[in-house]
Amino acid sequence: MADRPIIEVKDLTAGYGDTVILEDVNFEVRTGEVFAILGGSGCGKSTLLKHLIGLRRPVQGSVLIDGTDIITADGAERLALLKKIGVSYQSGALFGSMDLLENVTLALEELTDLPADAIEAIAQMKLKAVGLQDAAYKMPSELSGGMRKRAAIARALALDPEILFLDEPSAGLDPVTAVQLDRLILELSESLEITSVLVTHELPSIFAVADRVIMLDKEARAVIAAGTPQELRDHSDIPAVRQFFNRQAPDDAKG
Amino acid sequence: MDDEGKASFDFRLEGDAAARLVLGGRLDRNAVAAIWPEATSKLRRSRVQQAVVQAGDVTYCDGAGIALLVELKRIQAARGGHIQVEGLADRFGQLMTLFETDHLTKPPKGPGLANRFVHDVGRQAIEAARSCVELTSFVGEIVAKLLKTALRPHSLRWRDTFVIAEKAGANAVAITALLGFLIGLILAFQSAVAMRKFGAEVFVADLVVISLFRELGPLITAFILASRSGSAFAAELGTMKVNEEVDALVTMGLDPVSFLVLPRTVAAICAIPLLTVFNEFFGLVGCALVLRWMDIPLATFFERIKEAATLTDFFGGLVKTFVFGALIAGIGCLRGLQTRTGPSAVGDSATRAVVSGIVAIVVADGVFAVVYYFLGI
Repeated sequence: MADRPIIEVKDLTAGYGDTVILEDVNFEVRTGEVFAILGGSGCGKSTLLKHLIGLRRPVQGSVLIDGTDIITADGAERLALLKKIGVSYQSGALFGSMDLLENVTLALEELTDLPADAIEAIAQMKLKAVGLQDAAYKMPSELSGGMRKRAAIARALALDPEILFLDEPSAGLDPVTAVQLDRLILELSESLEITSVLVTHELPSIFAVADRVIMLDKEARAVIAAGTPQELRDHSDIPAVRQFFNRQAPDDAKG
Repeated sequence: MDDEGKASFDFRLEGDAAARLVLGGRLDRNAVAAIWPEATSKLRRSRVQQAVVQAGDVTYCDGAGIALLVELKRIQAARGGHIQVEGLADRFGQLMTLFETDHLTKPPKGPGLANRFVHDVGRQAIEAARSCVELTSFVGEIVAKLLKTALRPHSLRWRDTFVIAEKAGANAVAITALLGFLIGLILAFQSAVAMRKFGAEVFVADLVVISLFRELGPLITAFILASRSGSAFAAELGTMKVNEEVDALVTMGLDPVSFLVLPRTVAAICAIPLLTVFNEFFGLVGCALVLRWMDIPLATFFERIKEAATLTDFFGGLVKTFVFGALIAGIGCLRGLQTRTGPSAVGDSATRAVVSGIVAIVVADGVFAVVYYFLGI
């Protein structure tokens, strides 16, 4: 069961207008694993994520989620597909006119038949899981950046998605909160078999949670390495990968 | 995996003080939605001291399922009863510890209705007073800095000023002309209908030209500028404030007022008289059209205008626009700089800029009317 690919990316070419950002990207994510997309700034990590969740159309290629092409799916098929995924955006993207509880209950109210007290209980539980229960009635503008990020994860979890996409979840968080978040991702993966796809460049959390990673590169405009983080750190012969995992500047590595 | 409600639920009373709930199957959100009301209400009504939830046959349990279990626990805890969950698979048990909450956060209590009324009135009054003080000191600051800039003209950011003047002025010509034309047309038509009864339709030209030059032209143009550019200034500066760009200016040692407010004020003051002239000219065109339709020759129309309006009327109107322009830009920028945090803050600032801009314009117009009366203009 754990080996069934839940996300398949085939020959994906992505870009804006005439600029190609990624070319011929191929990879698979298996059910229940924690998968990380790594790379330096500006290498197209977030762009790749936007393609995985169907926000942007690829120039070429396809993205299959649980066997359905998210690019060509429309109508009920697309809606069913979107219910399977939860996304937490880089800066939270919380609805500013609603308090945290309303942010989490919104999808539950609109898309499920649960009674109102069930919705509230579920939403409070999700907030508790990210450590924000006491802030349930606060507005997003009253929160710090890290709290907003955690609230965004609670909101992404609202519908119990099968796949969780997290854009830089631990960037800007203090180490303690970041570790809590890593643990949350692992627990979700172990007990609910939620697949997580992370875009990140936080080394500690990569080693803590990621089962497999791919690394993108700006110059190559492609996946330059794939494997477990330990493998890539210890055995990669690509300089860019070694530099990334060992925190070296490009000129340090020559010596 | 979205199989519809495949959960089973059974509730049995065991004697007076004990109950057994048997849950099984997939406890996902669809299934939970179906059994939640029944499960919670049955347990609540039974008033048993001892409840056992048998969850051995649960094959899948997501956040909604956990919420149900937690809710059942909470119901029992609320009346001092006991509850025991038996046979829940370990991986779901883990979720329980992750999600379980012993309490629900209550919404914060606001003041009561009567209190809130007093509270609101007080706050509004204090805010109004504070806003007056701020406006006064802000106007003072702008005037002082404008005078300083007049002595050293190169210190103004002319490039910004021209760009803003183009946006606020040149780009508004079409709408200002159109509104002028329509107002002239409507005014002439409405008064012509009445004046025709007395055979006085030729004096429509007098009426239109006087009201356009002295009042309507400057006022309408000011309203257009306030709604187009006053709100834009507030939104622009508000966004900069929210993005900490204003703070960045301050820490760089640049004065936000000189850097942001003065170019906008100068641009608005330069643009508004020119816009007013456009507005008035097209108003007269509209009026001429109506008179042509009433068979009054164009020559007569010009004759009447020359006789009725003096240069004093024309320039008296234009002088007002300088003040209107300064008010619009000043208030727009002030509201922008007062922007608080939050997603609707920028929108609120833009609204406040237009509202207080229009009020200020009308008040200033009233003051001018009194002053002109005593000056005999």
